[in-house]
Amino acid sequence: MYQYDEYDQRLLDERVAQFRDQTRRYLAGELSDDEFRPLRLQNGLYIQRHAPMFRISVPYGNLASRQLRKLAQLARTYDRGYAHFTTRTNVQFNWPALENVPEMLAGLASVQMHANQTSGNCIRNITADPFAGVAADEVADPRPFAEILRQWATYNPEFAFLPRKFKIAFNSAAEDRVVLRVYDIGLDLIRNDAGELGFRVLVGGGLGRTPILGEEVAAFVPWPHLITYCEAILRVYNRYGRRDNLWKARIKILVKALGVEEFRRQVEEEWAHSKDGPSTITEAELARVAAHFAPPAYADLPAHDAAFDALLAGNKAFATWFKRNVRAHRQPGYASVILSLKKTGTAPGDVTAEQMDLIADLADRFSFGEARMLHEQNVALADVRRQDLFEVWQAAREAGLATPNIGLLTDIICCPGGDFCSLANARSIPVADALQRRFDDLDYQHDIGEIDLNISGCMNSCGHHHVGHIGILGVDKNNEEWYQITIGGTQGNGTTLGKVIGPSFALDEVVGVVEQLLETYVELRHEDERFIDTVQRVGIDPFKTRVYADRQPHRKPAHV
Amino acid sequence: MSDKIIKNGRIVADARLTVTLAEGEAPADIAVPAGQVLVPLAVWQARRDELLSRAQSGELGVWLAAGEDVAALANDVANLQVIALQFPKFTDGRSYSAATLLRSRYKYGGELRAIGFVLRDQFNYMTRCGFDALEPPAGRYTDEQLEAAVASIDDFTQPYQSSVKDPLPLFRRVERGATPQVQA
Repeated sequence: MYQYDEYDQRLLDERVAQFRDQTRRYLAGELSDDEFRPLRLQNGLYIQRHAPMFRISVPYGNLASRQLRKLAQLARTYDRGYAHFTTRTNVQFNWPALENVPEMLAGLASVQMHANQTSGNCIRNITADPFAGVAADEVADPRPFAEILRQWATYNPEFAFLPRKFKIAFNSAAEDRVVLRVYDIGLDLIRNDAGELGFRVLVGGGLGRTPILGEEVAAFVPWPHLITYCEAILRVYNRYGRRDNLWKARIKILVKALGVEEFRRQVEEEWAHSKDGPSTITEAELARVAAHFAPPAYADLPAHDAAFDALLAGNKAFATWFKRNVRAHRQPGYASVILSLKKTGTAPGDVTAEQMDLIADLADRFSFGEARMLHEQNVALADVRRQDLFEVWQAAREAGLATPNIGLLTDIICCPGGDFCSLANARSIPVADALQRRFDDLDYQHDIGEIDLNISGCMNSCGHHHVGHIGILGVDKNNEEWYQITIGGTQGNGTTLGKVIGPSFALDEVVGVVEQLLETYVELRHEDERFIDTVQRVGIDPFKTRVYADRQPHRKPAHV
Repeated sequence: MSDKIIKNGRIVADARLTVTLAEGEAPADIAVPAGQVLVPLAVWQARRDELLSRAQSGELGVWLAAGEDVAALANDVANLQVIALQFPKFTDGRSYSAATLLRSRYKYGGELRAIGFVLRDQFNYMTRCGFDALEPPAGRYTDEQLEAAVASIDDFTQPYQSSVKDPLPLFRRVERGATPQVQA
C-alpha cells in the first residue's frame, strides 16, 4: 500500500500542528463555536450526544497492521476500548475528549493516518473497490488513481468550503463493489477500444433526503486528465451549487436543475482551460504511486490442493464459513477472507481493541500485513493462502470475527443511530440487534439466502437504506421513533432505490414486519430466486398487502 | 474598513473605504467618496467612464459579492489596480474559485483583496488562491494575534496541488519518493 514520502509526512505534521493551535485558541476563547466548527469538522470532529465523535479517514479502505494496532491503542487510551467501522471506510470513536484529539492526531500521523476532511463541506475520504488488485474481474487497480486524487483533494485551497459535502468513489471491475451511482463523482476505470485506460465519469449521485442516482457526464476521460476533469466539476459546483438551502446544496440538485447535458457543457467549457495544463498527471507520477500497489510476493501455489479439499469436506462449520466468507482470488492458491463484524449481540461495524490487534496479527501472519475495509462494514484479508484458511478461521472464530453470514440477513449495514449520533431521528442499533437475535438461526438465514438489509437512523442515510433489498429508516413523529420500510433497493451494477411500502412502524413492530416480508418472499419465490429477484418480478404490492392486512389503515405516511 | 490589513504577508495600515449600495439605491445616485475606495461592481459598470482614471491610479477599486461573475471584469484587468472579493460568511467558498479565475484565467496582476468574513484560519487557503491582501473585520484581531496570523499563511510549506501561488502540482515541483524520517 501507499507509503508516505517526506512531503506527505511533512504536510500531515503541519496539519497536526495547525489543528493543535486551533484547538488551543478555541479552548482559550479566541475562536467562537461557529468559527471553530468547520475547522474541527475538517479534522474529523463532530460534537455528539455524549462527547465529540472523532472520524478517522482510511483512504480507499486500506489498513496496514501497524495502523490497526494504532487504532487499537487509541481505543484503549482515549476511548472505551472499541471503534466503529463505517460505510465510507472511516473509523469512528465515540468517546474522546476534545483536548485529547490533537494528541490522537499526532499518534495517527506517526503511522501515516489522519482525520483529514472526514466531515465538513469539502472533499471527503475517497473510496475504492475493496478487492482492488486481487479481484479476477478487475480492469486495472484503481488505487494509484485514488491516491493521486486523494493528494489533490487534501488541503485543496479552492474547495474547502463547498456548498455541501463531496464524496468520490472509484470502481474498476465488472462488478460495482462501491455503489458508484450514489456518489457525487463516481469514477469507473475502464479501457476504451484502443486499450487505453481512462474513466467513465458519473456525477450527481447521492442518498440522503433526496436520493438520486448519478448520471454519466463523460463516457471516457483518459487517465492523465483525471485531476483537471474533476477540478472542472468541482469548480462548476463551487460556483453554482445552491447555498441557500442545506437540503438542496449537494451537486445532485445542481445537476438535476441544469440537466446533465447543460452540466456537461459547463464542465467541458471549464475543462478546456485546464486540460493539458500542469495538473495533467505524468507517466512518472503514476508510476511512482503505482509502485506502492504492486502485487505482493505471492508464492507459486497450485490452484487445487487435495488436503485442503479434504479439510473442507470433513468440517461442516469450516465449509459453511468458506462458502460465505471467502472469495476467489486471481492468484492460484490464494483467497480473500471477509471477517464479519456482524456477530449477533454486537453493533454492526463495531470492533474492539483486542479484535483490531488480532486482525493486525492475522494480516501480518497471513496477508502481507494488510487489511481492507468494506463499505458493508466488514474487514477483508485480501491475500490469504488457501492452505492457511483453516488457521485463519479458527483464530477469527475465537475472536468472534467468523460469523458465516456475509451477504446474509444478519450482515446488516447500520449507522450508529440515535444512541450516538446527534443528527439521528431514531436509534438504529436496537433495530439491528432485534433483527439479528430473531434471525440468528443460520439454517434459516441460508434458506432465505442473499439479502441486503440496511438501516439508517435518519435521512442522511449513512446506513444506505435506499439501496438495501430491505431498507429501514428511522423517522421522527412527534418526538417518537418510527421506522419507514422500503423494499427493492439494490447496490452494485444495477443500483436502484427502494420503494416505501407504506406508513411507518413502531420499534417493536419492525421485527414482525421484516418477518412478514420474508414469509411473503418464501411463499412467492421461484427456485433459485433471491428476495430481491422476487420483489423485482412481482412488485411491492404482495408484500405491502401482507404487511398491512392486519394493521390499522389510518396512519398517515411518515413525513420525510 | 479596517485600520490594518495584511498585504503580501506584512501588516500594513489601510484606510480604504468599502462603498455599499443600500437596498433600492441606484448605482447612479450614490456619491463616491474621495480617496481610497472600493465600489460595488454595479457602480463600476454604470459609471466606468467617470471612474476610470481613479481606477487606473489605484485609488479606486471594485469589489464583487460572492457569486458575481469575475468575467464581468475580464476586459478591465489592466485598468484595475485593486479588486476585492467578498466572503459573506467564511464558510461561503465561492470567492476562492473567483480569485483563482481572476488570476489564472484573466491574468489579473493587481491587488486582490479578501473582504468580509476574512478570518485567520483561512489565510493559507486565501493566499494560495491568489489573494495578496487580507482585510479581516475591523477590530477582530489584536496586533499580537495578527502577527501570529501572518505566520499561519505558510502553514503548509509544500502543498500537494497546483494553485495560483504554486502553479505546479507537487509532482512537477519537486523530486518525490524519498522516505520520511522515522518518528521516535
